[in-house]
Amino acid sequence: MKKLSLIITIASAAIILISCRTGNKPSGAGNKKVTITAAGATFPMPYYNQVFEMYTKKTGILVTYGGIGSGGGIRSLADKVVDFGATDAYLDDDKIKEMPADVIHIPTCLGAVVIAYNLPGVDGLKLTENLLEGIFMGKITKWNDPAIKDNNRELKLPDKDILVVHRSDGSGTTFIFSDYMSKISPLWKEKVGAGKSLDWPAGIGAKGNPGVAGTISQTKGAIGYIGSEYAFAQKIQIAKVRNSSGNYIAPSVESISAAAKGTIPDDTRAMITNTDDPEGYPISGFTWLILYKEQSYAGRSKAQATETLNLLNWIISPEAQEVTKNINYSPLPDKVVEKAKNILKSVTYKGEALMK
Amino acid sequence: MRGEKLVKSVILLASIIVLLVAAGMVLSLMTGSIPAFKQFGIRFIFSSDWIPTRGRESYGALPFIAGTLLTSLIALLLCFPLSFSVSVFLGEYFKDTKLAAILSSMVDLLAGIPSIVYGLWGFYVLRPVIVKLGLSSQGFGIFTSALILAVMIIPYASSLSNEVISMVPVTLKEAAYSLGATRREVIFTVVIPSASSGIIASYILALGRALGETMAVTMLIGNANIIPKGLFSMGNTMASVIANQFGEAEGLKLSSLIAIGLLLFLITGIVNYIGKAVMKRLG
Repeated sequence: MKKLSLIITIASAAIILISCRTGNKPSGAGNKKVTITAAGATFPMPYYNQVFEMYTKKTGILVTYGGIGSGGGIRSLADKVVDFGATDAYLDDDKIKEMPADVIHIPTCLGAVVIAYNLPGVDGLKLTENLLEGIFMGKITKWNDPAIKDNNRELKLPDKDILVVHRSDGSGTTFIFSDYMSKISPLWKEKVGAGKSLDWPAGIGAKGNPGVAGTISQTKGAIGYIGSEYAFAQKIQIAKVRNSSGNYIAPSVESISAAAKGTIPDDTRAMITNTDDPEGYPISGFTWLILYKEQSYAGRSKAQATETLNLLNWIISPEAQEVTKNINYSPLPDKVVEKAKNILKSVTYKGEALMK
Repeated sequence: MRGEKLVKSVILLASIIVLLVAAGMVLSLMTGSIPAFKQFGIRFIFSSDWIPTRGRESYGALPFIAGTLLTSLIALLLCFPLSFSVSVFLGEYFKDTKLAAILSSMVDLLAGIPSIVYGLWGFYVLRPVIVKLGLSSQGFGIFTSALILAVMIIPYASSLSNEVISMVPVTLKEAAYSLGATRREVIFTVVIPSASSGIIASYILALGRALGETMAVTMLIGNANIIPKGLFSMGNTMASVIANQFGEAEGLKLSSLIAIGLLLFLITGIVNYIGKAVMKRLG
């Protein structure tokens, strides 16, 4: 029995040792070559993958990004296992207080949520706020409902059931969509509200943008919402949505960027849905990188902090912003880039500003 | 002697590790679900709320328990005629023939297909068929999921019952033949009654398998968090809601998902226990 307990002791000691070693990764970089670790939202992942690869080629600094979802990105930053996190929904004041230290937001690009549908031969569907409420609340159940017909007189709408397709998993896409819906519909705000996942009054759930897009394109009469970066790469029918100025706007790189031209606060924590810009697509949103304002934590070196900041500063530079358009995202308007730069300037290491 | 002792302690250690892992999983499921049960109490099991909106959060497991039990039981009903015929075919009528060998390996092949492949087939092939037949306007729901589950559990139900059927003593059957019974009479009055415990057990184990199935179901059930209102209604299952929502879940919602996991674990545990008990008692 003695021997057995010895074996158990050695084995558990080994396990503890191994788990300790992997516990705090980014801190151990020291004087060696810096590697930057980040994790979070999946929505901007194609953009990040591309620009991080460009950055590695440019500077030799390795950047790894894990697409584990916005919630995971926030958790990873709270656990201090990444240099920065990524999220599609900004942290409100309560959430920031829950973090171990003050957190700042850097917007990196813009995306939108598009309303996709499947009605062969019926292109250019125009949707008003009331129609969106009616359809997604399950009150309008037929495509030839007079309310839809009145708004789309030139279209031949079939006598078909409407099938609402939404996300079954929690998602920033759902957050942007429901935030918009809550702004335009008091009924939606009261019954459903805004969030990454919802208590849906109608329809079916499918997993991820591919799941929703797949279900819509496989089901005649279906309608749903999809992240623009995914929808633009698909052959799928997309509706025009009326914005607060009364214009019907199709989602595009330009109309999404325009949505961010309205007034936004200096810390950029704002939803730009239901924009007041007359050319703006109303269901648009920022995606952010989040990091600690004070970079000296968990034994991080100054070099690590400086390189992290350099990377973020480069992402909002014209060179990186130019990439957004190639892969169906929209670049930040100049005004927002200016604000992001100011935020980066507020980042400190042991109380000293890292960027001038 | 040293070697004997060493082997013995290594084996003991490995077994203890397995035990610890299993116990640790149950323990972490229990501790993880405490906040949900603290907040909602026993109502968690009977409530049909699933409201993740901040400030109004309220969760209940009933829609998922209902969806899980409904799809699995319907799957069992649908699978019964097929797998029962297969096991009688393999164990009695065409025992040890080439045809039986082919059929048997095809059935085993069904067991080897990953569940995501069943899901894909269900989504792109089975669902359009259901729409064409006019059974439902979009093809998602309880029935479609049950149909896929039925196919998935055929090998589990049939292979065990096939084995018990072929284990019925030849002397018993020959006694019946010598009394002038026909083959059909032998099968239905001698073979099946004497193999009944094993057959029942095999279906209970197949049910246990259907309860925990995730991927194929989540692609076909519609993922609507409501108590199904009928055969073609949409719904959701316990495994499917966990797979869908754990990623962005936190706080009370995460705890509720873990609690659903614990309930699922209990249900499949009970079903498997009943299966084994039936096998022991009658076998």
